[in-house]
Amino acid sequence: MVSSDRGRAVLATVMAMGATGVISACKDPVETRYEPSDAAISRGLAAIEKAGCGSCHEIPGVDWPKGRLGPSLKGFDDVGLIAGQLPNRPGVLASFIRNAPAIKPGSPMPPMPVSEAEAQDIASYLYGLDSD
Amino acid sequence: MDWTVTDALWGWPPPVLDPAGPYSAQVTTLSWALFALGVVVTAVVIVALWVAIKGPPRWKAKLGGERAIWIGGVAFPGVVLTALLIWGLTLTASLTEPIRGDEMRIRVTGEMWWFRVQYLDADGVVVMQDANEIHIPVDTPVVLELESADVIHSFWVPHLSGKKDMIPGRRTLLRIEADRAGEFGGVCAEYCGGQHALMGFVAVAHEPDAWQAWRADRIATLNRAQSPIAPTAQRNSIDAAGDPAEADIPARYDARRGYDLFMETGCAACHRIAGSEANGMAGPDLTHIASRRTLGAGILPNHRGTLIGWIGDSQSIKPGNRMPSYDRLSADELGHIAAFLELQK
Repeated sequence: MVSSDRGRAVLATVMAMGATGVISACKDPVETRYEPSDAAISRGLAAIEKAGCGSCHEIPGVDWPKGRLGPSLKGFDDVGLIAGQLPNRPGVLASFIRNAPAIKPGSPMPPMPVSEAEAQDIASYLYGLDSD
Repeated sequence: MDWTVTDALWGWPPPVLDPAGPYSAQVTTLSWALFALGVVVTAVVIVALWVAIKGPPRWKAKLGGERAIWIGGVAFPGVVLTALLIWGLTLTASLTEPIRGDEMRIRVTGEMWWFRVQYLDADGVVVMQDANEIHIPVDTPVVLELESADVIHSFWVPHLSGKKDMIPGRRTLLRIEADRAGEFGGVCAEYCGGQHALMGFVAVAHEPDAWQAWRADRIATLNRAQSPIAPTAQRNSIDAAGDPAEADIPARYDARRGYDLFMETGCAACHRIAGSEANGMAGPDLTHIASRRTLGAGILPNHRGTLIGWIGDSQSIKPGNRMPSYDRLSADELGHIAAFLELQK
């Protein structure tokens, strides 16, 4: 029954590939995900502290304040949709930080007094929280 | 906009070694003298220790004798510390000189955990009120009358003067003066409860012209008509502030609605806005909140985001402070109130 064994092996391989396909449809493979530079990450933390994002958000790495008026940003890189509505991509996130109501009408988060570059750095910091 | 006390007191040189006025210069001189003397005494002790362990027997005997104790243990500290005390008190006496009558006077009251600021006229009558921000002209001595509403606090702007306790039931005096324009961070320097570390303020020194402009502006606010809400045009421009992209969206928050909410929700019971019915005295005066550099007593930058965060949930930011978290308000209601407060410049 050599051919039957081979058939099972092929089937198992196909199933494994299928499973990988399902997973990768949810999330990019780890190595192709957005990888911010360390410099951008540390600039991002400084910008977060300067703008006072912590007034409303709990953010890992920010000891104080840990506001709870807005959502916690723990594990933000793994969140599917920004504010439950927008694709969680670096460019979208940076625009959202600068002017949330403009790209998600009705967002309770007001526009933030940060520059374009600072917004990108803050996005880098939030993606840099990746722990997996 | 992104100024907080932490930033102002951070970095090198530390503000106590970077005096910005004659009073703090005296404190700096004293600090360096104490440091130098401390170095000398430490060196003497180290040498004596070396002699006691490894020195020649004749020196060891001398060091162990009664005479060495009389000289090194009684005479030296007695003379040096007495001289230091007299010099130190003389040097810093001008910081606490009594009021002559021609100086600018400001009363600052420590509260858990913020600073009430009242500008006084020559007779000691309150002219203007503010909180957590002290404005002074350069090259002008200012007498601060320090009081406390609850526990002992201590007033300290290291760039401008020494520390002075604010004691309940008493009034203490402290003189400050700036010889250059700038923004100087200040803190409470006496543990006063859970949020002592989050009790800061800003001292702003203005050049003469800027000072006159600031003062005229404040007096104009005091004399304005009975409405703290600006014309519609200005109100609509609030939402467009900062980012051109937002200019396309119609104004979302209504300052007039914010004013009504401010009155209905109970804000006015604790906060005062000159020229309006809001006349509460328990919390910080909000007449000029929009012009302040910080929120929450020197701890947060002041912009719409932090303002909404503070009103909606100040207890997460500064637990135990006397303002409740207004979690009964919707996001839009918080936005209306913030839009109203942004007009109180």
